[in-house]
Amino acid sequence: MGVDRRKFLTIAGLTTLTALGKKASSVLPGNEDSSAVFDPMQPVSTEGKRYALVIDIRKCLKGEGCHDCIDACHLTHNVPDFGNPKDEIKWIWKEHYEEAFPKQEHPFTDKGLKEAPVLVLCNHCDNPPCVRVCPTQSTWKRDDGVVMMDMHRCIGCRYCVAACPYGSRSFNWRDPRPFIKDVNAEYPTRTRGVVEKCNLCAERLAVGKIPACVEACKHGALFFGDLEDPESEVRELLGSRYAIRRKPDLGTSPQVYYLV
Amino acid sequence: MYDTGKIIIGIIIFLVLFTSPFWYGPATGSSGDMPDPIIHTKDMPGKDACVMPGEYMRASHMDLLNTWRNDVVRDGHRIYTDPDGKKYYRSLSNTCMDCHPNKSTFCDRCHDYMGVGQPDCWDCHVEPKEDI
Repeated sequence: MGVDRRKFLTIAGLTTLTALGKKASSVLPGNEDSSAVFDPMQPVSTEGKRYALVIDIRKCLKGEGCHDCIDACHLTHNVPDFGNPKDEIKWIWKEHYEEAFPKQEHPFTDKGLKEAPVLVLCNHCDNPPCVRVCPTQSTWKRDDGVVMMDMHRCIGCRYCVAACPYGSRSFNWRDPRPFIKDVNAEYPTRTRGVVEKCNLCAERLAVGKIPACVEACKHGALFFGDLEDPESEVRELLGSRYAIRRKPDLGTSPQVYYLV
Repeated sequence: MYDTGKIIIGIIIFLVLFTSPFWYGPATGSSGDMPDPIIHTKDMPGKDACVMPGEYMRASHMDLLNTWRNDVVRDGHRIYTDPDGKKYYRSLSNTCMDCHPNKSTFCDRCHDYMGVGQPDCWDCHVEPKEDI
């Protein structure tokens, strides 16, 4: 007889213990890399993350006419300024409250809010309609929730522009290069015939930075974080204050939250 | 057949001239004007090569660039480890052109020579300013 009952039970017990030990050590805090210094050569894991933005509308409005976040975004991503609304390329911009949140206003909505310009951008939806319609898969949702664009693959069919209910996607009707005031050489511009939108600063997230708009906001109205982390600032805000989303009835599950 | 000799000689002369671009170089040992790309390498301790050996880069840099592009944009894999274990941040504008900031005398010389002109990388990616 090769294995008697005693031996079998011993092996089974040891195997279970080893497996449990391994699992435990991987969730123990001491096992994590606690160094605060970011090493750009260490890939930033996106696993188990769900990035989102929280915008405090009231705080944002306090900085009347402030557009630091918009400037920072446009500078970082070489967003052109054509000077006319027909060709406009939009990454992050302002929209009247009533237009940003249709059906969520009523005749007695606070006047200050009703006519207020609300900061809007790509909502990085959980169920993004733009991704569904893209025939070349040049736009897709990443594991961490960022709805990405691959400009190399975009054929400029503009299905996504039609599908997005938030107007977050813009088509390059003209060559944008001559309309960019200060070109940031670290980030590509776009070319005529592709669609573009906010990428939640995927290139900055990759090197451990927060989105440029959040960094630029001096009124503390923008928050960025991981919704899967119950300790995160965004979760704390959403858990303690009332937040609305844009056109939630459409079922796109937008991931930009507005504190009102 | 009339004038067989003349016709055959004519055919031979035609063939020799027609195929001259293929044998002229090897026969005379001169390969004509060769492109002379200038390689500026930044100080890289213990390393004078690129992310891959020069031979590979000369032949297959376009494949490497395509692979890097897809890995970075689509899969978010932005770190590259070369065969010697050295790590690089995958980026055309920020890594490749950091070592090779002279596009006109590095990229363009061979590309013009080979008749592959301007690849459309530069429609979007920003060329480094050349001050060298």
